[in-house]
Amino acid sequence: MNARSLFTPATRVAVLAFCGLALVLAGHPAGQAPTPTLQLLSREGRRTIPITTSGSQDMLALEDLSRAFQLNVRDDGGAITVGYKGRTIVLTPDQTIASVAGRLISLPVPPTRTDGRWFVPIEFVSRALASIYDARLDLRRTSHLLVIGDLRVPRVTVRLDVAANSARVTLDVVPSANPAIAQQGAARLAVRLDADALDLTLPTVAAGPLVQAIRFADASSIAIDLGPRFSTFKSASLPIDDGLRITIDLATDQPETSPTPTTTAQAPSEPPPLDLIVSSGALRTVVIDAGHGGDDVGAKGVSGTLEKTLSLAVARRVKTVLEARYGVRVVMTRDDDRAVPIESRTALANNNKADLFLSLHANASFRPEASGATVYVATLKDIDLGNQRVGSERMSVFGGGLRTVDIVPWGFAQIPHRAKSEELAQTIVSALMDRVPVAPRALEHAPLRVLESANMPAVLLEMGYLTNAREEAALAGNDLQNALAQAVVDAVGRFRESQLASAQAGR
Amino acid sequence: MTRTLVLVLVAACATAVALGWSLYRWMPRRSPAASPASSVAPSSPAAVVEDGRKIKARLFYVSDDGTRLTSVEREVPYADPTESQARRILDAQFAPVTAPLVSAIPTGTAVRAVFLTPQGTAFVDVSPEIASQHPGGSLNELLTVYTIVQALTTNLPAVTSVQVLVDGKEVDTLAGHLDMKHPLPRADEWVAESATR
Repeated sequence: MNARSLFTPATRVAVLAFCGLALVLAGHPAGQAPTPTLQLLSREGRRTIPITTSGSQDMLALEDLSRAFQLNVRDDGGAITVGYKGRTIVLTPDQTIASVAGRLISLPVPPTRTDGRWFVPIEFVSRALASIYDARLDLRRTSHLLVIGDLRVPRVTVRLDVAANSARVTLDVVPSANPAIAQQGAARLAVRLDADALDLTLPTVAAGPLVQAIRFADASSIAIDLGPRFSTFKSASLPIDDGLRITIDLATDQPETSPTPTTTAQAPSEPPPLDLIVSSGALRTVVIDAGHGGDDVGAKGVSGTLEKTLSLAVARRVKTVLEARYGVRVVMTRDDDRAVPIESRTALANNNKADLFLSLHANASFRPEASGATVYVATLKDIDLGNQRVGSERMSVFGGGLRTVDIVPWGFAQIPHRAKSEELAQTIVSALMDRVPVAPRALEHAPLRVLESANMPAVLLEMGYLTNAREEAALAGNDLQNALAQAVVDAVGRFRESQLASAQAGR
Repeated sequence: MTRTLVLVLVAACATAVALGWSLYRWMPRRSPAASPASSVAPSSPAAVVEDGRKIKARLFYVSDDGTRLTSVEREVPYADPTESQARRILDAQFAPVTAPLVSAIPTGTAVRAVFLTPQGTAFVDVSPEIASQHPGGSLNELLTVYTIVQALTTNLPAVTSVQVLVDGKEVDTLAGHLDMKHPLPRADEWVAESATR
């Protein structure tokens, strides 16, 4: 039984239009869904399965899945066997390990029985069911969506930036789908994507002189309702990591020279974001790691300054400036004084698909004279990988088919990013030189654990020596902390520009 | 009759002495506290040779600017096999020093055991002071660990990489930075040019 036979036939256009609408509601963060449901979307239509939450875990009733996917579920007391076309999944109550066609997988929580019904974590779909099911199953956790089969449902995240005489609508489309943008009369701009449906996240828009609203139009289109002062628009597309970024710049009919009496009642526009018109390139998420924390105080200064306190203070400054200047999302590995294991720090960056990882530390030397900032990059050559394989291999993937998969040992995800990390480190060194004292050897290479498993360009900044009394006093003060934060933000900006230039040059 | 009894007693005593001696020889080798026992090179039953001779070895200390290691030549007791020699070198390396030398090994740290695999990886088990008394900082951590790595790989051609164990256990890092889950090969870049060989 495949996805094709799951739904009652319906006209495709009507069904998909409804799908899109439902998805907008599901994907809208402000939406208050009384009972969350998982939307099942296939070429034949749509249906929903209720989601039960247990703690923070989304659970699905096994009988709902059984009905939707034609599964045979057998509970023989000791184990639950889920069969589909001769392939089986064996679940054991109270166990997070399940056997899927003879292979073991893990689930975040064990199956639970409530009111005589078995509930499984939502990950059951992606980790277990997808392995034995005929059609591709693509689970979108955040939008509570399950795409069945080869339907093209890109994630579309829309952002609106408004300035005095212009506005920019940015659409990040992942995976990429070709757009067609057309003006429909004076009141609307339509963005149609080459897709079957959209997994859409819209911003909250306050009606303004250029843009009054951004909304879902039909299955694969978004409508921008234009304001009275709209005159022209210009659009551009740029490939981003795993998709396409579409930017639409809207301009007013004339530059605002002097306010006319009719506009005096309007509140003055907010000052434009500093970097509105420069595209933010491929840099969307930056992880700032404040070193040490909790019981692990790190290095201690001669006058008592603690590395953990200093790293957090500068990390907070970097976050504030980075967000304000470039509008990138900044994730901190800790925002208070607590211990965070090294592997959790990198895991947070990897799980957030960060584009940069920056770890902040303060150094110590056995000689009190040592001073200045140093940037460290991981050297993986110093590690004896033993028998661990590195390379690429053709492997079967969920949903069938083969794909070339790069094999990198789990702890050494940094391997493919070495060149970019080096470039980032050099950029930071030169930005530091403009603003703060830098050590004679400003760029060092060492097998540092927090960098080795980062799956993105990653560097560690030692901001100065706490064992040098003069430097310790400076590091504890506002001036050097601000200068360090500014230097880091400058460097991130320069790095972003160079990445953008490389992307445009098609490298 | 008495003569036979005496002979039997003498033979019994000789056997007991031989048995006791061989137990004495074997016991310390068979009860190391560290984990990689299975990968340890088979210990030769031959005696450890320490005949009062000395060898010249390079020991590593913190350079004047504090950012690298620098080496000095010292006499260290000769020992055979290589594991015993490694132990003698590290004992000398861990010994307290006076100014102008500065050691990157925290005060009070002692070598607990040294094992050498046939592949040339030395496992050096050190006492917990190496971590508990460590002053922290990436650079200090690097200098501490590479003091041990360089002391063995520079002086003993049979040792190509070193993994430091703390109190018999594998550790992630010493002070929160350096990856110590894997053996580290010789890294001359952490030694100032003047002194390596």
